[in-house]
Amino acid sequence: MAIRERLSGNEAVATAMKQINPDVVAAYPITPSTEIPQYFSNFVSNGSVTTEFIAVESEHSAMSACIGAAAAGARVMSATSSQGLAYMFEMLYIASGMRMPLTLIVANRALSAPINIHNDHSDSMGARDSGFIQLYCENNQEAYDNAIMGVKIAEKAKLPVMVCYDGFITSHSVENISLMENEEVKKFIGKYLPDEYLLDLDKNISMGPLAMQEVYFDKRAELSDAMEKAKDIICKVSKEFEEITGRKYDLYEKYRLDDAEYGIIVLNSTAGTAKDVIDELRENGIKAGLLKPRCFRPLPFTEIPNELKHLKSLAILDKSDSVNGYSGPLFSEITSAMFTQNVNVPTVNYIYGLGGMDVTTYDIKNVFKDLQDIAKEGKIDKVKRFLKYNKEVD
Amino acid sequence: MPYNIKEMVNKKSRFVSGHRMCAGCGAPPAIRTILRALKDEDNAVISNATGCLEVSSFLYPYTAWKNVSYIHTAFECAAATLSGAQTAYTKFKKDGKIPNDKTTKFIAIGGDGGTLDIGLQSLSGAMERNHDITYVCYDNGAYMNTGTQRSSSTPHFADTTTSPAGKVSQGKSQPRKDLTQIMISHNLPYVAQTALFANQKDIYEKAQKAIYTEGPTFLSVFAPCPRGWGYPTEDLQLIEKLAVDTCFWPVYEVENGVYKITYKPIKKLPVEEFLKTQKRFKHLFKEENKHLIDELQKEIDAKWENLLLMEEITNKKENE
Repeated sequence: MAIRERLSGNEAVATAMKQINPDVVAAYPITPSTEIPQYFSNFVSNGSVTTEFIAVESEHSAMSACIGAAAAGARVMSATSSQGLAYMFEMLYIASGMRMPLTLIVANRALSAPINIHNDHSDSMGARDSGFIQLYCENNQEAYDNAIMGVKIAEKAKLPVMVCYDGFITSHSVENISLMENEEVKKFIGKYLPDEYLLDLDKNISMGPLAMQEVYFDKRAELSDAMEKAKDIICKVSKEFEEITGRKYDLYEKYRLDDAEYGIIVLNSTAGTAKDVIDELRENGIKAGLLKPRCFRPLPFTEIPNELKHLKSLAILDKSDSVNGYSGPLFSEITSAMFTQNVNVPTVNYIYGLGGMDVTTYDIKNVFKDLQDIAKEGKIDKVKRFLKYNKEVD
Repeated sequence: MPYNIKEMVNKKSRFVSGHRMCAGCGAPPAIRTILRALKDEDNAVISNATGCLEVSSFLYPYTAWKNVSYIHTAFECAAATLSGAQTAYTKFKKDGKIPNDKTTKFIAIGGDGGTLDIGLQSLSGAMERNHDITYVCYDNGAYMNTGTQRSSSTPHFADTTTSPAGKVSQGKSQPRKDLTQIMISHNLPYVAQTALFANQKDIYEKAQKAIYTEGPTFLSVFAPCPRGWGYPTEDLQLIEKLAVDTCFWPVYEVENGVYKITYKPIKKLPVEEFLKTQKRFKHLFKEENKHLIDELQKEIDAKWENLLLMEEITNKKENE
């Protein structure tokens, strides 16, 4: 029986963690993910979990301790945001390179400078090549669900997983959500049984060697392969999850896309805003649609372009900028995938919401207005645009 | 049981031959001896910071680590990594996944760069959190793995590749950071500084105490480097002995705040005796630099006097 609850995104994820009851959690406070170690410490101090909590002195040590615990054979979770994730950067690559199946919650927040505590995706996008599976969440329900599925995906894929949702917008907003029963979660994730681990009494092992060219190359190629294969694992785990909860998850979500003429691609909470706009436009006869990637790592590079073929024009919205003099990361990667799949749709990039800058239905409507113009004129004068909330117009 | 070198070398070997450390390096005999301090029936997890020891002992698919489990993650986080593994152990013990009669000990190993410089925060954090671990720093006073760059543990006036002795400067212009004192300030149950001399008795006994004292413990080991310091490989033992006889490297332990100097030279030798064995101090013997040796001698004397005083004070308090 599902349990109806009213929880913030962080509360929902902390609740998921309580139900998962990992062996070890090592975390360090940073806005807006701080609440997770706070809630979790309460669970520990009141005995509602049996987890060992390590209140580390930095995010670098948080990830290092997580790797150490995972290598020792423990099921491990952590949470961070922004500068914290940036500070972990070195260890993220080591977590994936050593094939540690840990789950890291990321309440997305802008990166300094200037310092800013509000939401954009600069942090997790900065870690997009770290070898972590990245699952993006639109709302509290998805954050809760992905946290639970993340653990299972990580352990099956032998890759670390990052569960990303929007700081404050999702992390601090309260929504009605549906929780699984404790027993259901326990059964769904099962027991964690690593093949090899430091604390195995029957076998001593050495981990984290120096590898010369040939071995290094092979190991990195294996990692790459594991990431590609993770697509199937994500789909299978999501299917199992759907059978229990009735909630369907895929590598991405389509919203009124199949017969759309104008499409937008956007991650996380802004997808919710876009869905509202699409409904309104549809009422006025404008065929608008949305594709929301759930999974950015691995990138569904054959599947996504296939869904876009029929569009007259497409806008890819990035809540972070690559500062490469060109575009945001979502745009670069999806247009590159479109090229390799021979999908040619006029596509533009909008950088939006940096540092938590509001994005309203009005802004999204403007994007669709631009898309109609692009489709009509058949040319793009400017590839990258900044979508900036305009107070005067609103 | 009194120390017996024959018995010691017959204990289970945990760091075995085949590694690629240089001849004449202080680290391998130090680590081998420290790991022999483990009871034969116990297991251990070693967390090794990036450095000479790590790259030379575990080149895939070969490992010199036997009868222990070993992990290397990165340069600055041997302590944090180990704290995670040790926490998993605590959990598994509570869960009954590891039987009560089985013991695994947790030992981190780092060089001075990975410990005093880049790893200081990770070390301090792990010690403050009271993990039941032992941290061993093998101190060769520079970044030897990358080619003898100065670290905060490089002695005053030592010539390194980033504090070279030249026409206007005479090696490292700052005295070394004293990590042992920093660890003592963490109020750990056991902190010791040791070297390889007198049949390894000092290092072995301190390792035993460090590993089997409950809580976070710290061991600083003097580990000469023939390439970085400039000495013939066969001089390792001579240099170790001179380091303790000149009090350049005092050997002592602090147990719950009480100091004990474990070796007091009957005749304290002038620091020159130590300096002249190594090329890194060669420039100090030029006529115009001799005053720098005097300066260094003063620093060493002051440290030694301070240690004697601390021993007196803390033991007096203890006996009251």
